[in-house]
Amino acid sequence: MDYLLELFSEEIPARMQKRAGEDLKKLVTNGLVEAGITYESAAVFTTPRRLCLNVCGVLEQSPTLREERKGPRVSAPDKAIEGFLRGAGVAREDLVVKADKKGDIYVVEIVKPGRGAAEVLTEVVSEVIRKFPWPKSMRWGAGQLRWVRPLHSVLSILSKEEVEVVPVDVDVPVGDSTEGHRFMAPGRFSVSGFEDYEAKLKAAYVMLDPSERADLIWHDATNGAFALGLEVVDDRALLAEVAGLVEWPVVLMGDIAEDFFALPAEVLQSSMREHQKFFSVRNPKTGRIEKFVTVANRETADGGATILAGNQKVLFARLSDAKFFWENDLRVPLGEMAAKLEKVTFHNKLGTQAERVARIAALAREIATDVDADPALAEQAAEICKADLMSEMVYEFPELQGLMGRYYAEAAGMPAEVANACEQHWQPLGPSDNVPTEPVSVAVALADKIDTLTGFWAIDEKPTGSKDPFALRRAALGVIRLVLANDLRGALRHIFVLSYADHVIDKLQGLQGARSKASAEFAKTFGFTDDEMDSLLSRKFDEMAPHEEQKSFVKGFANQVFSLENPTVLNLLSFFHDRLKVYLKDKGIRHDVIDACLKMPGNDDLTLLVKRAEALQAFLNTDDGENLLQGFKRANNILRAEEKKDGVSYEGEPDVKFAEEPAEKALFAALKEAAPKIETALNDENIEAAMAALAALRAPIDGFFDGVQVNADKPIVRRNRLCLLNEIRAVMHKVAVFSEING
Amino acid sequence: MRGAKLMDKPQSFQDIILRLQAYWAGKGCAMLQPYDMEVGAGTFHPATTLRSLGSKPWAAAYVQPSRRPTDGRYGENPNRLQHFYQYQVVIKPSPPDLQALYLGSLEAIGIDMDLHDIRFVEDDWESPTLGAWGLGWEVWCDGMEVSQFTYFQQVAGMDCKPVTGELTYGLERLAMYVLGVDHVMDMPFNRPDAPVPLTYGDIFRQAEQEYSRWNFDVANTDILLKQFEDAEAECARILDQPAEDPKTGRTIIMAHPAYDQAIKASHVFNLLDARGVISVTERQAYIGRVRALTKMCADAFVQTAAGGA
Repeated sequence: MDYLLELFSEEIPARMQKRAGEDLKKLVTNGLVEAGITYESAAVFTTPRRLCLNVCGVLEQSPTLREERKGPRVSAPDKAIEGFLRGAGVAREDLVVKADKKGDIYVVEIVKPGRGAAEVLTEVVSEVIRKFPWPKSMRWGAGQLRWVRPLHSVLSILSKEEVEVVPVDVDVPVGDSTEGHRFMAPGRFSVSGFEDYEAKLKAAYVMLDPSERADLIWHDATNGAFALGLEVVDDRALLAEVAGLVEWPVVLMGDIAEDFFALPAEVLQSSMREHQKFFSVRNPKTGRIEKFVTVANRETADGGATILAGNQKVLFARLSDAKFFWENDLRVPLGEMAAKLEKVTFHNKLGTQAERVARIAALAREIATDVDADPALAEQAAEICKADLMSEMVYEFPELQGLMGRYYAEAAGMPAEVANACEQHWQPLGPSDNVPTEPVSVAVALADKIDTLTGFWAIDEKPTGSKDPFALRRAALGVIRLVLANDLRGALRHIFVLSYADHVIDKLQGLQGARSKASAEFAKTFGFTDDEMDSLLSRKFDEMAPHEEQKSFVKGFANQVFSLENPTVLNLLSFFHDRLKVYLKDKGIRHDVIDACLKMPGNDDLTLLVKRAEALQAFLNTDDGENLLQGFKRANNILRAEEKKDGVSYEGEPDVKFAEEPAEKALFAALKEAAPKIETALNDENIEAAMAALAALRAPIDGFFDGVQVNADKPIVRRNRLCLLNEIRAVMHKVAVFSEING
Repeated sequence: MRGAKLMDKPQSFQDIILRLQAYWAGKGCAMLQPYDMEVGAGTFHPATTLRSLGSKPWAAAYVQPSRRPTDGRYGENPNRLQHFYQYQVVIKPSPPDLQALYLGSLEAIGIDMDLHDIRFVEDDWESPTLGAWGLGWEVWCDGMEVSQFTYFQQVAGMDCKPVTGELTYGLERLAMYVLGVDHVMDMPFNRPDAPVPLTYGDIFRQAEQEYSRWNFDVANTDILLKQFEDAEAECARILDQPAEDPKTGRTIIMAHPAYDQAIKASHVFNLLDARGVISVTERQAYIGRVRALTKMCADAFVQTAAGGA
């Protein structure tokens, strides 16, 4: 038999419908299966006003379960037997005596009779409705039930030959009926099963299947556009949303007044999409957006003329606003817009947006030389890259930030690199976003993200657990992707120190005035003791010449900040390494391989680090690599054990003149040959060549372990052999820290 | 029938107000009058804020003049005003057919349900100053937002039990749409064939200019700041009084007078905001202070008879 469930409510937000359908299907079918009611297939459908679940081939009765439960021995005290009876919920006459290893025992058969599907459904569906996982739910009227919006009725029927209403224990009417389209076919009707339901709904102007609605919308919209030689701008997310706003989609195409053709296409699209849920229709010849598509929820006697006229009027008002913003913005020079950033707080401990822009500009200039960008252009781009945040257009359409910057920079006749950087410096915004490759954009993008990171590190606002309110993980991943995609070299640590110092020194200079509330904050933030703070504040240190000890304090502070061992910077670097691990793991690089490379010097050169990790993983996947690793482990284990036993370290250089066995001599020779090759390869940063040189050690090491007893009787020979093992370790650790690798 | 419907179209702004009044009166709502204080929205009227608290049933409708100083445009913008009217309907508990009742009200003001496309589009409502939130929709007519429809879940941080259903119509925008007017100032306020025909602009343009200037440039911020603090202090002082009135010997908790002070503080804050003297960080602090006042008043109100105590 088949089960049909429809939960009929007031309008469900479009963005929640898909997930709600999936949840409904999963929760009800899981509940059925857990109770022993299997089924053949289940499908779910959603409209703005209903969630519908159709379960086919429902088992009529769950199977009877029989369980034999063993009790105490026949000879057990009465109390124990009573206890068993109570626990199993049976009477003494139900007990049977059976022979067991321990002697005769009481046994009872417990029978759980099967339950009817209807009974189970009542239980499961009632529970699912009461505990439904809506992202946000509400109460209404005087009731206690929660639903996404008021729930009006439940259609719940089991059908075979007869139709049976399955009761549901919630405080709304439950039966075999539903309603059609709110306006085109109001009124209730009864249904006998899914096919009847779907057909009657369609007759009542409700298209049940969201994908059918989406297909119809897309088909009608693209056909209509095609007939006019135009094309609909593809927008799957909008299509899904619009399909969730209507039960009976009717596609209408309207005109955009020519006045608005001069607006950037993205402005038209944003305005229409965000506010009106319109599709944009483009002229492929000019690239201009010339028409729009709106989707009504009904047919009308006038063929939608009134509806279209209304929508067109609303759009006209919206676009008039947009045009007004655009024209106003074009009148304001970018520099003037950027100056307004002084009034915007970025973060109360990190100053204004204008201060931030000044730091980014200085940093972008520094970074420019590392990325082959013109420092002056990088600085210029950085200085105006946030200006569009103060434009009227971006105030109204925040999603156009960056893009408007590009348009305004272009309109002001700035160099193309600068205009591009205005847009691209925000990138990459997410794991799938593009990574800029133009040098000026790269420099500003890096400076922007690094300034954010060092800033929040300086005020100790690091991400914790699931909390990352300033999207710092994303910023770090952005830096990683920028570095790797552009094959950038050079140590990040230097840049971090520079950027960090800019935050800290800035604050320090800000303190030249008198004591202030902020100073206490500052001391706390940067870990000064009260005494240090007092000595700092009691005298103004820029006119400080007289006091030697104060000079040295400031100097000491500066030295601490400008050190590559600066603990804040090291902490930030290790945050980067964690992010990099996550990033590389997604790319299939093993955790231990990454660790083996992270332990090497120069680990703030991410490009080299990744090159090393990739080559190492490839090497370990070869026969030579795998065997060499085993050889390494063996050498390392013996060495560690012997060093521990003897309480000495065998780091001295082994001497070939104490070598007795041929295999031993061969290993000496091999190491002597490999060491300089590896050295050269590493100097050339040819990691593959270094790996190849390592590979040549595999056979001699295997040969050594096969033919040579390390713990020789002669102490001098033994010592020499242990030093030889150490030599293996030393040579291999030049390439990567093999001891980190799981073998 | 269609002819009859066309004849039945409203002719003026006040026509629409009168029809809404007649419609909701017919549905049994008490026809209240505007609250006699400056507020930012109809929700601030005690008939909504306070009466949505507690268990007592309630049904009321009223026009509320509303002021948003930052929205002033000297009477030039076709849609934006610093003083405008909202029509507010509140019913507790929210009746099961509230959507149908609402749609009936649109028909009553001349929106033909057979020709227009009415939609309920997700829009959750939140008022940080009132510590209130609810779920509902903005209602679209042919792509135009014509009302807010909200099921209150919390007010002043308290759960609404039962739930109040709130309908808010932006009267100017709705009327412009129904009357087919493009600029608010051109909208007929009374019948165009009246002996003294008046447009919206005849009545309000000059005032919009005057208030825009005052709101943005002239209002004395020192005085306003003082007024804010005075209102805040007075609100707390009122609620600090013992419940028993020493003169009459009765229990009189003064929730309403205290709430007036909260309303006053809220409006003064809006004025300060328009004058641009409140920074982004301070803004949150001010909102928090107003919310604290509303919360105190709500706590007091639920101890009164009207609050269901």
